[in-house]
Amino acid sequence: MGGFPILSVMLAVPLLAAIACLFLSAPQARMTALVATLVNLALGVVLWANYDIGGAQWQFVERADLFAGFSYALGIDGIALLLIVLSVFLMPICILASWEAIDKRVGEYMAAFLLMETLMIGVFSAQDLFLFYIMFEAGLIPMYLIIGIWGGADRIYASYKFFLYTLLGSVLMLVAMLWMANGAGTTDIPTLMQYDFDPHVQTWLWLAFFASFAVKMPMWPVHTWLPDAHVQAPTAGSVILAGVLLKMGGYGFLRFSLPMFPEASAQFAWLVFWLSMVAVVVTSLIALVQSDMKKLIAYSSVAHMAIVTVGLFAFNVQGIEGAMMVMLGHGLVSGALFLCVGVIYDRLHTREIDRYGGLSINMPRYATFFLLFTMASIGLPGTSNFVGEFLALAGIYQVSTWVTLVCTTGIILGAGYMLYLYWRVAFGVQKNEDAAAMPDLNVREWAMLAPIAAAVLWMGVYPESFLAPMRKDVAALEARIARAMPEGDAKLKDGEPKAAAANAVAPLPHDKGSEGGH
Amino acid sequence: MSSTQILLIVFLPLLAAIIAGLGNRALGNTAAKSITTGALFASCLMSWPIFLGFLNGSLQETVVPVLKWVESGSLTFDWALRVDTLTAVMLVVITSVSALVHLYSWGYMDEDPDQPRFFAYLSLFTFAMLMLVTADNLVQMFFGWEGVGLASYLLIGFWFRKPSANKAAIKAFVVNRVGDLGFMLGIFGTYLVFQTTSIPDILKMAPGMSGSTIGFLGYRVATMDVLCILLFIGAMGKSAQLGLHTWLPDAMEGPTPVSALIHAATMVTAGVFMVCRLSPMFETAPVALSMVVFVGAATCFFAATIGTTQWDIKRVIAYSTCSQLGYMFFAAGVGAYGAAMFHLFTHAFFKALLFLGAGSVIHAMHHEQDMRYYGGLRKHIPLTFWAMLLGTLAITGLGVYHLKLGFAGFWSKDAIIEVAFARGTDLATFAFWMGVIAALLTSFYSWRLMFLTFWGKPRWIESEHIQHSVHKTPEQAGEDTTGGYHPHESPLPMLIPLGVLSVGAVLAGQVFAPQFLDSAAFWAGSIFYNENLIHRMHAVPYLVKYAAFIVMVLGFLGAWYAYIRNPSIPAKFVEQFRLVHQFVYNKWYFDELYNVLFVKPAFWLGRIFWVKGDKGLIDRFGPDGAAALVVQGAALAKKVQSGYLYSYALIMLLGLVAAITWVLV
Repeated sequence: MGGFPILSVMLAVPLLAAIACLFLSAPQARMTALVATLVNLALGVVLWANYDIGGAQWQFVERADLFAGFSYALGIDGIALLLIVLSVFLMPICILASWEAIDKRVGEYMAAFLLMETLMIGVFSAQDLFLFYIMFEAGLIPMYLIIGIWGGADRIYASYKFFLYTLLGSVLMLVAMLWMANGAGTTDIPTLMQYDFDPHVQTWLWLAFFASFAVKMPMWPVHTWLPDAHVQAPTAGSVILAGVLLKMGGYGFLRFSLPMFPEASAQFAWLVFWLSMVAVVVTSLIALVQSDMKKLIAYSSVAHMAIVTVGLFAFNVQGIEGAMMVMLGHGLVSGALFLCVGVIYDRLHTREIDRYGGLSINMPRYATFFLLFTMASIGLPGTSNFVGEFLALAGIYQVSTWVTLVCTTGIILGAGYMLYLYWRVAFGVQKNEDAAAMPDLNVREWAMLAPIAAAVLWMGVYPESFLAPMRKDVAALEARIARAMPEGDAKLKDGEPKAAAANAVAPLPHDKGSEGGH
Repeated sequence: MSSTQILLIVFLPLLAAIIAGLGNRALGNTAAKSITTGALFASCLMSWPIFLGFLNGSLQETVVPVLKWVESGSLTFDWALRVDTLTAVMLVVITSVSALVHLYSWGYMDEDPDQPRFFAYLSLFTFAMLMLVTADNLVQMFFGWEGVGLASYLLIGFWFRKPSANKAAIKAFVVNRVGDLGFMLGIFGTYLVFQTTSIPDILKMAPGMSGSTIGFLGYRVATMDVLCILLFIGAMGKSAQLGLHTWLPDAMEGPTPVSALIHAATMVTAGVFMVCRLSPMFETAPVALSMVVFVGAATCFFAATIGTTQWDIKRVIAYSTCSQLGYMFFAAGVGAYGAAMFHLFTHAFFKALLFLGAGSVIHAMHHEQDMRYYGGLRKHIPLTFWAMLLGTLAITGLGVYHLKLGFAGFWSKDAIIEVAFARGTDLATFAFWMGVIAALLTSFYSWRLMFLTFWGKPRWIESEHIQHSVHKTPEQAGEDTTGGYHPHESPLPMLIPLGVLSVGAVLAGQVFAPQFLDSAAFWAGSIFYNENLIHRMHAVPYLVKYAAFIVMVLGFLGAWYAYIRNPSIPAKFVEQFRLVHQFVYNKWYFDELYNVLFVKPAFWLGRIFWVKGDKGLIDRFGPDGAAALVVQGAALAKKVQSGYLYSYALIMLLGLVAAITWVLV
């Protein structure tokens, strides 16, 4: 790439477009936002194409020292690359999803979205502790605005809940960061990833970061902000929330908790396992009884994210790569499911499942997309989520068969609540006249869903495109945390192999000597 | 057998499914039907030479690599198509029955408005099933496994306006997922032990692990036993074995061609295929094999008892399928994998024939499925009658040992009963007796079905479907119990498959028995072949060899006596043994039990966790509680209430300033 500061450009494009949007009319703002996000998507593709798989760990590095060790430092590894690609892929789709649904203060809305894109890319590319902190926390501000201004009836409650949860976590994380910068004498993330903190100190630092990341994930029991935030957010807000913002928690575990505090991570692995096991079972069951589509999908997100956390803390390659694949797959699939809800919400303005029914009669193309994403959500092989869930669970099996058993029940419960949802929305009779009169997907909606569908199948059939860039980084992470790796409960013990097959029988007396002849 | 040929066999149905599915109404009925049916006949025509090649020993096993799939550390698996004898057997079964079912559906689904979708699903199913049987590693097998599950879900729920169809579809998927949980844990464990998911590699290494132990859920157990039991749980789900069988009878909500293809001939036999494919592995796991024998034997008896009491013609055949699958499993469990595969092979023909025949009856009877409203149909739909008769003779296993002559079921089912006896262990003897009793019941319920449907006086006017058709009530019809209804023989596209399958039901046993049962060379190492056991099977006493024949005749006589000679007997029997009959008629109350144990508690718990947990505990003492506290602190409250956003940003900035100051100083 020579010296072209592609990451800075990717930060600048949406930022400049955001400023421009504030001064433009509604149609102009829409077009500006679409063009800017498409430009960033193109840049993301360039970034991916030029990423040297197997090359240096940190690529596209940019650095400008500012003051007192605080620096504007950017750079990505394979893990960050994939999350950036996911972000820039979803953004134009979000703009399209808001095309008609948002009709008040369009300029400000687009500006908020574009600002959020800058901050998301910033989170995944920051190499300085405080730069990361700014991006990580500031990323929530546009989200507040989106929920608070363009959200549903109960938006104030949702945003204050969001606020209270995040406040506590971010304060603790900041204190920990201060301690680290002071103790290690650097704010450079790659250096810190190799720095060995005293294991006793690690415990406290780990807990402080955990407070922040667990809320973002979100893990049970600090998940209750998510259903409310999703329900109140406009469609595109939900897509970005589920698609990218939730991934910041997982990214935080990968970037900070595991490599910086391996001993503490091992120490607390069982805390993570317990919370995740509870999450899989409890939130799946809760999803089963929801009557609001968005709430159902929000609760299912919590269950899926629990698979991510057990995978991450399995301390092995399959677990971590699986967790990453679930994050990417879930980013696409839950985003797509929220879009599917948005499509019919735009027509009928209700999220009540009972108000729909029989949509595969009047909206067959919609029903097909919805079916694909439903199947992907329940981890059907051949779709993105299967690869991730399979690897993550295969990883955790090497640590604990109990955790695997409990988490794998998610595939049963997931099938239950998703198929029950699909039945009530797309199958059955057309019991509501207004729902039966809804037209099928228009071109804009088709253009939103088709690319995600293609990506979901691509990830399921040929995940190598996604596994290859992160392979070396995950291997490096595994090597880094290997010293703290917990012992598995399988403990295979060799024994004397049995001489004969289980159903071996003696030959018939008269058969002796004439084996095979009869 | 070229790579291209194998690729075409597997991927033509997928291509056809995509074209028909996405083209849908734009493509039109005829085009969609022609493309899918054409693709299946092409696959079928390319499969038979492969099977015959393995039959005469001119072909060797081949693996066609397709695409890299996953590489994660040492866990790698690719898309690849493996063809050996075992696969070749499945290829002809799947493509033949599927091609015939496609053709049959031209007639059966003729009036359905949604035909492209139906044919797309059928072809999609066939593709997934082919991926399952050509799998070279456990994960691709799981892909096919779930793929057929998806197609099964879509086809059971094909008439998606009916609530019962939706319920049945979801039930099928979710119950199968319970089995899949076992399958997945089995794959994870297998990878942990062998560091691979490649089936040939696992089978090679399995005997070396037969003495090892492993930790599982806190217990120390024999490695191979726990792996095989986990995998077998998957097989139990897909093959509807006792405990995980409840979805299969409900799956009859799907159109009848679907029942023939998926829920009789192919998908439900995937579990048997899996055990046979992994037979060298199962042979290192005696406890797991005991479980296979027990579950198989129990299912073959249990399902047969229910089959004797049901009135819905499709449900009788569904329970019969469940029961026959039990035979296949206990055959595999006692080590006669060839016999299990042979029964799978013959069963595919005669069971598909019975289902398609039942479909033809239902078609003729204006969608009536209740046998109480049939009767006397022999003369009205003679071709269907003859096909069903041949199917019945095949399933009941008519044949005489000393003449070396018999229908398909005689060769395969009798072999299974004999081999269980020959195996000689207590459990195998139990399986032998269950097999014999089930053979009696099979004969009884099969002939009961025939007599109720084709013999006796017409009872048609009692049927609401027929009443709708002729616009008469039973009172108006008076003496004429036909109500003036005229059943019509089915059209040619439906009769041709019946004819072809009839040939299979008559000849499949006679022609292929030597290879399937007695030829280690034919199987060529693709299954565990137990030479000594087969010799012992041929050496069992004559009474054992004739046991199945004797009970078959007894079953026939019983059915004849109760339904032809003295039709008041069944009612009297029910009166006499009310409790027993209720228990069996209500399917041993499995559905009710599961409803109380799992379904209701799941919804109840979900509500509790939501209302009491999330709202009552977490929110109350978490964010809401915190907010309330803040509000009580008056000074702070104003600031916070003035706008959460600004205070948040302010706190963040203050923190940052503090941070930088600290670092600076």
